[in-house]
Amino acid sequence: MASIIRSKSVLSVFFINLFLSLVSSAVAVSSGSGDGFSISGRVKLPGMSLKAFGSPGGKASNVKVVLNGGEHVTFLRPDGYFSFQNMSAGTHLIEVAAIGYFFSPVRVDVSARHPGKVQAALTETRRGLNELVLEQLREEQYYEIREPFSIMSLVKSPMGLMMGFMLVVVFLMPKLMENMDPEEMRRAQEEMRSQGVPSLANLIPGAGRS
Amino acid sequence: MDWHQQYIGKVKHAVFHTQKTGRKRVVVSTEENVIASLDLRHGEIFWRHVLGINDVVDGIDIALDVITLSSDGSTLRAWNLPDGQMVWESFLRGSKHSKPLLLVPTNLKVDKDSLILVSSKGCLHAVSSIDGEILWTRDFAAESVEVQQVIQLDESDQIYVVGYAGSSQFHAYQINAMNGELLNHETAAFSGGFVGDVALVSSDTLVTLDTTRSILVTVSFKNRKIAFQETHLSNLGEDSSGMVEILPSSLTGMFTVKINNYKLFIRLTSEDKLEVVHKVDHETVVSDALVFSEGKEAFAVVEHGGSKVDITVKPGQDWNNNLVQESIEMDHQRGLVHKVFINNYLRTDRSHGFRALIVMEDHSLLLVQQGKIVWNREDALASIIDVTTSELPVEKEGVSVAKVEHSLFEWLKGHMLKLKGTLMLASPEDVAAIQAIRLKSSEKSKMTRDHNGFRKLLIVLTKARKIFALHSGDGRVVWSLLLHKSEACDSPTELNLYQWQTPHHHAMDENPSVLVVGRCGVSSKAPAILSFVDTYTGKELNSFDLVHSAVQVMPLPFTDSTEQRLHLLVDDDRRIHLYPKTSEAISIFQQEFSNIYWYSVEADNGIIKGHAVKSKCAGEVLDDFCFETRVLWSIIFPMESEKIIAAVSRKQNEVVHTQAKVTSEQDVMYKYISKNLLFVATVAPKASGHIGSADPDEAWLVVYLIDTITGRILHRMTHHGAQGPVHAVLSENWVVYHYFNLRAHRYEMSVTEIYDQSRAENKDVLKLVLGKHNLTAPVSSYSRPEITTKSQTYFFTHSVKAVAVTSTAKGITSKQLLIGTIGDQVLALDKRFLDPRRSINPTQAEKEEGIIPLADSLPIIPQSYVTHSLKVEGLRGILTVPAKLESTTLVFAYGVDLFYTRLAPSRTYDSLTEDFSYALLLLTIVALVAAIFVTWVLSEKKELREKWR
Repeated sequence: MASIIRSKSVLSVFFINLFLSLVSSAVAVSSGSGDGFSISGRVKLPGMSLKAFGSPGGKASNVKVVLNGGEHVTFLRPDGYFSFQNMSAGTHLIEVAAIGYFFSPVRVDVSARHPGKVQAALTETRRGLNELVLEQLREEQYYEIREPFSIMSLVKSPMGLMMGFMLVVVFLMPKLMENMDPEEMRRAQEEMRSQGVPSLANLIPGAGRS
Repeated sequence: MDWHQQYIGKVKHAVFHTQKTGRKRVVVSTEENVIASLDLRHGEIFWRHVLGINDVVDGIDIALDVITLSSDGSTLRAWNLPDGQMVWESFLRGSKHSKPLLLVPTNLKVDKDSLILVSSKGCLHAVSSIDGEILWTRDFAAESVEVQQVIQLDESDQIYVVGYAGSSQFHAYQINAMNGELLNHETAAFSGGFVGDVALVSSDTLVTLDTTRSILVTVSFKNRKIAFQETHLSNLGEDSSGMVEILPSSLTGMFTVKINNYKLFIRLTSEDKLEVVHKVDHETVVSDALVFSEGKEAFAVVEHGGSKVDITVKPGQDWNNNLVQESIEMDHQRGLVHKVFINNYLRTDRSHGFRALIVMEDHSLLLVQQGKIVWNREDALASIIDVTTSELPVEKEGVSVAKVEHSLFEWLKGHMLKLKGTLMLASPEDVAAIQAIRLKSSEKSKMTRDHNGFRKLLIVLTKARKIFALHSGDGRVVWSLLLHKSEACDSPTELNLYQWQTPHHHAMDENPSVLVVGRCGVSSKAPAILSFVDTYTGKELNSFDLVHSAVQVMPLPFTDSTEQRLHLLVDDDRRIHLYPKTSEAISIFQQEFSNIYWYSVEADNGIIKGHAVKSKCAGEVLDDFCFETRVLWSIIFPMESEKIIAAVSRKQNEVVHTQAKVTSEQDVMYKYISKNLLFVATVAPKASGHIGSADPDEAWLVVYLIDTITGRILHRMTHHGAQGPVHAVLSENWVVYHYFNLRAHRYEMSVTEIYDQSRAENKDVLKLVLGKHNLTAPVSSYSRPEITTKSQTYFFTHSVKAVAVTSTAKGITSKQLLIGTIGDQVLALDKRFLDPRRSINPTQAEKEEGIIPLADSLPIIPQSYVTHSLKVEGLRGILTVPAKLESTTLVFAYGVDLFYTRLAPSRTYDSLTEDFSYALLLLTIVALVAAIFVTWVLSEKKELREKWR
C-alpha cells in the first residue's frame, strides 16, 4: 500500500478490507490539496498474485485503465495498482480494458465538500465498493468451441439419418419379411398383386420387364 | 478469412539497446502516442503500448528500464525492457508550462539506482529510476526562469540548468544532481534578447539567436562567468533574410542553422569563432551524435541524390572525414528522409560498423546496414484518414499464344516442384517456391474479381499523404502512391476519398479511379487540391490546385457516359463548383438543376441550413461550372441551451429491400425511408465537457430527426440528465445512438424507428383491388406524411469509439451493429436487441417473429466480438462494404492496427459454410447409388424367383 501514497498530494487511499465489501458505500480518508485529487486503486486479475507474471492467466502489461471514456489512460504496475492524478471533484467513470475478462465500469465520486471523500460503485451490479479493488465479473471466451469429431455427430446429421434409414430399409426390411408367416406372406402378396401395387423392380426402368 | 496488422506510426524518437548480448532492439515513440520495442533484426514488434490521445510522448530514454516522459512533461513512466510491463509511474507537478526535457545522466549512480532528471512545467525534478520516487524538486518558475537546457558537466555529479527570464535575461544554475543543492547561480542580461531553440556546442557553451533572427549569440558560462559573443550571419557570408532557425542537435562543437531552404553547418573554433563548415539543401538530415568506444563521437548525414540516398557517417568535429559512406537505392514513393538515428556495432574484425534507422516522408521506417535495407515497416497505415473500396479487374478470358507457352512452361515447372515436394526431395528453396505458387493460386489472394465479391481493393488515405491499396484477401499492399506535391503548396493536407469512376455498365475499358480531396493548409478556407488516382495501377492520373476552397464535397447520384460521377464542391463563399468540368457534365447538371438540395451544419454557431442552386456565378471571369446558391431553410438552436455535438446522415449507397414490415398480428407497418434524413444531437453547453463535469440537473441531450430538403423536424426527443459524447448510426428507418446517462451513471443506447402513417390504410384489400391505394404515389419530401416514431432505451456497459452497421448487397439480410468498444474490440450486436417493440412479456406470436423479451441492458456476448481475442489498438473507424453474396458483408476496422473480416449477420444462408463436409456428401451419394444397384439386383433376382415358382 505504501507504494501509492508516495507522492506528496495523494489524497485518497482505499483501505483494504475485503470482508467489509458487503457494506454498500465506502469512505476513504485523505488529505486535500490545491492540485486536484487523485484516484488510486487496484485491478485484480486471476492468477496475478499467485503465479509469476507472464502466466497466461494474468498479464498486467496488457491491461489498460481508462478514465471517463478515454480522457486519461493508464497502465497497471506489476502489483496491479494504478492511479489517476489531478482529478477534479465530481463523478468519474473508470473502465478496465483487458482482453479475456469482463470488467464492470466503476463510478467514482470525488467529493468537493469533504475533500478527499471518495465513493465507488460498480455500475453493472450497483454494488458499492469499500476499496477500489476491481475484479473481473467474468472471463470471456471469444471463440466458440468447435465440437470434436464424433461418430454420433455424423449419425445425427441429416445425411447420417438418411443413410441410417436407408440401411434399415435395405437390411432390416427383408429380415422382417422372412420372419413373417409364409401363409400370411402369400396372402399379402396376392393382395398386392390384385391391387397392382408396383414393386421396386417395376419402378426402375428396364428392370420392370417381366 | 480475416487478417490483423499491427503498426506503430511515424517514429519521433528512437533509442537503441544493443550493448548486451541477446536480443537487439530499438525502442521508439511515435506520433500516434505509441511506445514500442522493435526487433532490430526483422523489425517486428516485441511489445507495444498505445497511450491515451492527450498523452503525447515528449521524450524517451533507457535507464535500466525504458523511461518515457509524456503529457507535456507531467507523466513519467518506466517500462520493463524485455516484456513492456509498466514498472512505475510518477506524476510531476508544476505551475507553468515549459519545454519538457528528459535527461538520463551517465555515471550518476547511487547503489544501482541511477538518476533521471526531468525539466517540465517550470520545475526540475530528480527521479529515482528504481521506483519512480521524486528525490528532489527545484522550482524555477518562481524565479520566472524558463528552462532551456539541462546539461551534465563532464560526467560528474554536477549539472547546469540554463534558461531565460523574460526574453533577455540569461540564467545559469550549477546544481548538485545528487541532492539538488544549488552550487552557483549566475545571471546576465543580453540587450538583443533571445528567440527560438538553443544549440549546445559544448558542456559550457551554447548558441542561440537574437530577436531579430540575424545575429547568432554564443553564450559561454564557464568559470562562473557568463559571456556573450555576437556573430552576424552576414559576417559568415550568408544572406540572413528570410526564416532563420537553429535546429536542435547534440553535435559537439557544431550546430545547424536552417535559413530558408538550405542548412548551414557552423563550427565553433577553438578561438570561439564561428565558421561555416558546409552548406546543404534543406532535404539533408543529420542525426544526433553517437558516442562509441572511449568518447569517440560520430553522426550521420543523409543526402538525396536522384533515386539514391547517400548516408555518410562522420566522426564528430571533423567534417571532411568519413567513417562510412553508403549509397542505397530508394523507392521514390517513400519521399524524402525526415529523420535518422544511428547506432554502432562491432564487426568481426573489431572495427566499428554503423546501422541507421531512417524515418521517411511517407512515415515508413527502414533499417539500413552495410548499404542495404535490412527491413522496412509501412507505418503510414497507422494513421488512416479515409477508406473506400474498389473492385478488382475482371478475369480476362482471351489468352495470347506467347502467354500460353509461357504458362505451359510455368505449369510444367510448377508440377515438377510439386512432385519433388510430394516425394520429399525438395530443397528449402523449392519448398519456398511451392509455397509461393500455392499462395499465388490460392483463391483468396488472386488479383481478379470473384463470383461472391469477397475480393476487393481497400483504398486507404493516410496522414502521410500516401495512398495504399490493400488486398482484402490477405491484407497485402498491392500498390502505394505518395501524392505529388506541387510547388504552389507547401504543406498540403489530405481529407477525403471519393469514388470518382466505377465502370460497370458502360466504359468497361476504363479503370476505376478515386478522387482525393485535400487542401493547401490547415484552415477550411484554404484552396483545395484534387487528385485522381487509378485504382488498378496506382498511378496519379491528374491533379489540380484549385483557386477556391472545398468546405463540403457532394457526390451526386449522376454519372456521365464514361461513368465519372458528378461531384459538387462547396466553397467558403457558399458557391458550388461542378466537377468534372465537361460540357456533358453541365448538361446533365442542367437537367437536374432544380432537384439539387443539400444541407450544412455549422456546429459552432448552432445552425443547420438547407441550400439549393440559384443561378450561374456572376463574376468578372465567366465560369460555366460555378453556381450561386440560396438558403432554403435554417434551424437555429438556442446557443445558451443547446450545442450541436453530432450530426449523422444515412449512407448514400445503402439499399433497403422492402418498405413494409409485417408484424405478428398480420399487420403491415410502412417504414419511413428517406435518403434525406439527418440525425442531430445537441447537449447543454454546460455538459459538453467530459463525463461527470456537469450536474445531472443541468445536463440534457436533445435529439432531432430532420428532413434535409424541407427542414422539417420529424422527431424531437429530450433525454434529461444525459450528456455526450454521442455516437450514432442512421440506417433504413431507424437511428441508434450511444450517450451517457448521468443519473444512472451508465452509458445508454437508444433506438428510434420511424414509420409512415399515410400508407397505413393501404392494408385494406378492397382498396388494393379497386386501385384506390396510394402505393404508387411518388415519395417526395414535399408531401408531408404523417409519421409515428417508436423509441426504446437500454443500458450499455462500455464506452464506445465508433459505431457502424452492416450493409449487404440487397438489404434483405438482418442487420448487426458494429460497436468499437473502449477496449479496442469490435462487438457485433444484433439489431433485434435494439427493437422498440421489445416488451417484457412478448406474446407467442411476437416470439415467433423474433422479438426478444425486454431487458434493461444490452447483452455483451464474448463470442460476438468479431475481433475475437485481437485488439485494434487506437480504433478510430469501422467500414462495412457489401459483398455480392447477399448474406455477407465485409468489415474493415482501422486505428493504429488494421483488422478485416467477413461477417454473415444471419449466417451464410446462401452458401455452404466453410466446415461443410464435401467428403460426407460424396460418401452419401456413392452409398446411395450402391444401395440402388444392390436393391435393383436383389429385386430382379426375387422377381425371377417369383416367376419360376
